[in-house]
Amino acid sequence: MRTICILSCLVFLAPGILQAQATDDTHERLKALEERVIALEAEIRALKAGQASPPAESAAAPTVGPPATVSTALAPTAAQVPAAAPGPSLAQLPVYSGESDTAKVFNPAISVIGDFLGAVGRDPNRSMPALDMHESEIGFQATVDPYARADFFVSIGSEGVELEEGYLTFTSLPGGFVAKVGKMRSGFGVVNALHSHSLPWTDRPLVTEHLVGGHEGLSDSGFSVSRILPAPKDVFLEATAQVFRGDAGDVFTATRRGDIAFVGRLRAYRDLTESTNLDLGFSYARGHNDVGTAFVTQLYGLDATLRWKPLRRAIYHNFLGRAELVWSRRQEEPAIQRAFGFYTSADYRLTRRWTIGGRYDRSDRARDALLTDSGFAPVITYWPSEFSQLRGQYRFTRYADGRSGNELLFQLLFVLGAHGAHSF
Amino acid sequence: MTQRSSSLRFAGLICALAFVLGVVSPVLARAASKLKVVTSTTDLAEFAAQVGGDRVEVESIARGYQDPHFVEAKPSFLLKLRRADLLITVGLQLEIGWLPPLITQCGNRNIQAGAKGYLDTSQFAEILEIPAGIVTRAMGDVHPFGNPHYWLDPENGRRIARGIALKLAEMQPEGAAYFEGRFQAFSKRLDEAQKAWDAEMKPFRGRKVVTYHRSWPNLTKRFGLEVVGEIEPRPGIPPGPRHTVEIIQMMKRDNVKVILVEPYFDLKTPNAIARETGAQVVVLLPSVGGEKEATDYFKLFDYDIALLTRAFQATQ
Repeated sequence: MRTICILSCLVFLAPGILQAQATDDTHERLKALEERVIALEAEIRALKAGQASPPAESAAAPTVGPPATVSTALAPTAAQVPAAAPGPSLAQLPVYSGESDTAKVFNPAISVIGDFLGAVGRDPNRSMPALDMHESEIGFQATVDPYARADFFVSIGSEGVELEEGYLTFTSLPGGFVAKVGKMRSGFGVVNALHSHSLPWTDRPLVTEHLVGGHEGLSDSGFSVSRILPAPKDVFLEATAQVFRGDAGDVFTATRRGDIAFVGRLRAYRDLTESTNLDLGFSYARGHNDVGTAFVTQLYGLDATLRWKPLRRAIYHNFLGRAELVWSRRQEEPAIQRAFGFYTSADYRLTRRWTIGGRYDRSDRARDALLTDSGFAPVITYWPSEFSQLRGQYRFTRYADGRSGNELLFQLLFVLGAHGAHSF
Repeated sequence: MTQRSSSLRFAGLICALAFVLGVVSPVLARAASKLKVVTSTTDLAEFAAQVGGDRVEVESIARGYQDPHFVEAKPSFLLKLRRADLLITVGLQLEIGWLPPLITQCGNRNIQAGAKGYLDTSQFAEILEIPAGIVTRAMGDVHPFGNPHYWLDPENGRRIARGIALKLAEMQPEGAAYFEGRFQAFSKRLDEAQKAWDAEMKPFRGRKVVTYHRSWPNLTKRFGLEVVGEIEPRPGIPPGPRHTVEIIQMMKRDNVKVILVEPYFDLKTPNAIARETGAQVVVLLPSVGGEKEATDYFKLFDYDIALLTRAFQATQ
């Protein structure tokens, strides 16, 4: 409104002023007015974006509850509206006039990701429906206060509604620490921390299924602390320590309260050139398994990722090669099961819209390490836009018992709402 | 029992490690010497360096020849961010795909959004193409708060530089006069340069151009050029045959002879259109450092205007 007033003043005044004398002085005044319009427009944008504009922010800082003060200030306006419109049927509906507009400002960024899967072919050990709205993930993300932000991801799948992740991140801790508290995907390896829609495949690798938590990987309630460590120049070294309740997939089971699980990860990263980089990680996880409190499962993981993305043509071509190796040591009667598994994968972006890739899988089974399954899966992905993708994957699996699975999997992913971050 | 006590021992070990890292590894004495400024793009780094002079140390995350929408959130950037006193961003959701996770993970409380060391310069500039009415992604990758490529108007450059100078003065009050002086010098130099640029571009006011992406509204407005179409059918959507044919027909009908392309887009479609229409493809730089010659804000405009005037003359 104020902008419009100022603009109309400008329009009406400008000719008169210019007629009187077209001097530098009027030029200066016009310029000053222009600057004011720009400042006002910035204020409007800030209000629309939900952040207080800088001067307003500093003024609001000492008050304890900004939302409360805003709503009381607007209370008379809100009260006037129903009085002015006492129509019987309409009055039943609550009138959210000014209040809802200001309340919206503090709403979290909401996004919905749809993941639709189709499958043809046969696999003796894995049953997937022919057509399945596999997962709908709803994300809520916002800054909580000057010290923390929160992220919630609710996953609605064919088995029901589940909190996939929901955690608070303390971004303002002293000493460069970043802490997370809540339910989260554990930081064991690379692929475990990724949501299924950010994977370069329609499924998770065999090694995840056999050794690292089953179908959906390791995910548990607990807390996580990470920090960048001192390292030689240009090397990024980060340590993460996580403590969990101890119930994760079919790997960890907490029979007693004290059966907590730990995950640790050390990550080293270096830019080799401006377009190539290498990422190495070592992970360790330890928790109690379903045999009982006295039985511990330990996981050791190594991962390596090589990325190439030429900066001038970043949206057209890139390459990602990755390998993850996992050793599992599971105490049970009568003996310890030592299993090993890995996958290697490569993805290459051919054009802005097409990506091809593939994955090789091999893994022992955690409960019977003598049984080894293996497989491979070529993948092709098409991106109509940044917000949707179509994927086809052929999956061949050879099981330890000699049987094999041959499947074609199709996936459609689409994103609504807030623009999420690109995965790295 | 042994299992439990070993679990506790493990927890103790982790706590000890955390203590060592947090307390023993020194929170490096932030000697009040130079302010460490990190910017998302090279242009902002240029403004910060112009007004900050010797009192600041400036580094940009993105390179000038990189698409600022698609920078990767590399961990090496966290190393820059965690020691920064001030983070300067373009805003208007230009960096939304990569900067938020970096800010969250860097463990530096001074530069979190809303903190004193976080500056979004879009608040200072004249913003164009603010969508009115309903905004949907059917329009492509639209920026709901307006076009973020606003630094390509020298007038906005001056405004951003002034905003940064004020911010630097707020963070380092003893340098306020220094920053003000440097801003005035920059502004004066910009005045001179602007006169020259305006004069060079004057003969071509009103000329029509086609652009690849909507990166140039502030530039074309300043120099009186008219953008009549984009090669992208919608922002962020790669060109398709139907839209390309429409663009070719339109260019022939309206006698449009110049196509502006950012250095990070594929030239195949623009070249094909140019062949059909007899137009010239101009790889114009949107940012400082886009080419070796464009070392600063002035050279950026020198470079772009030289290319533009040459193309307009050739297609007179």
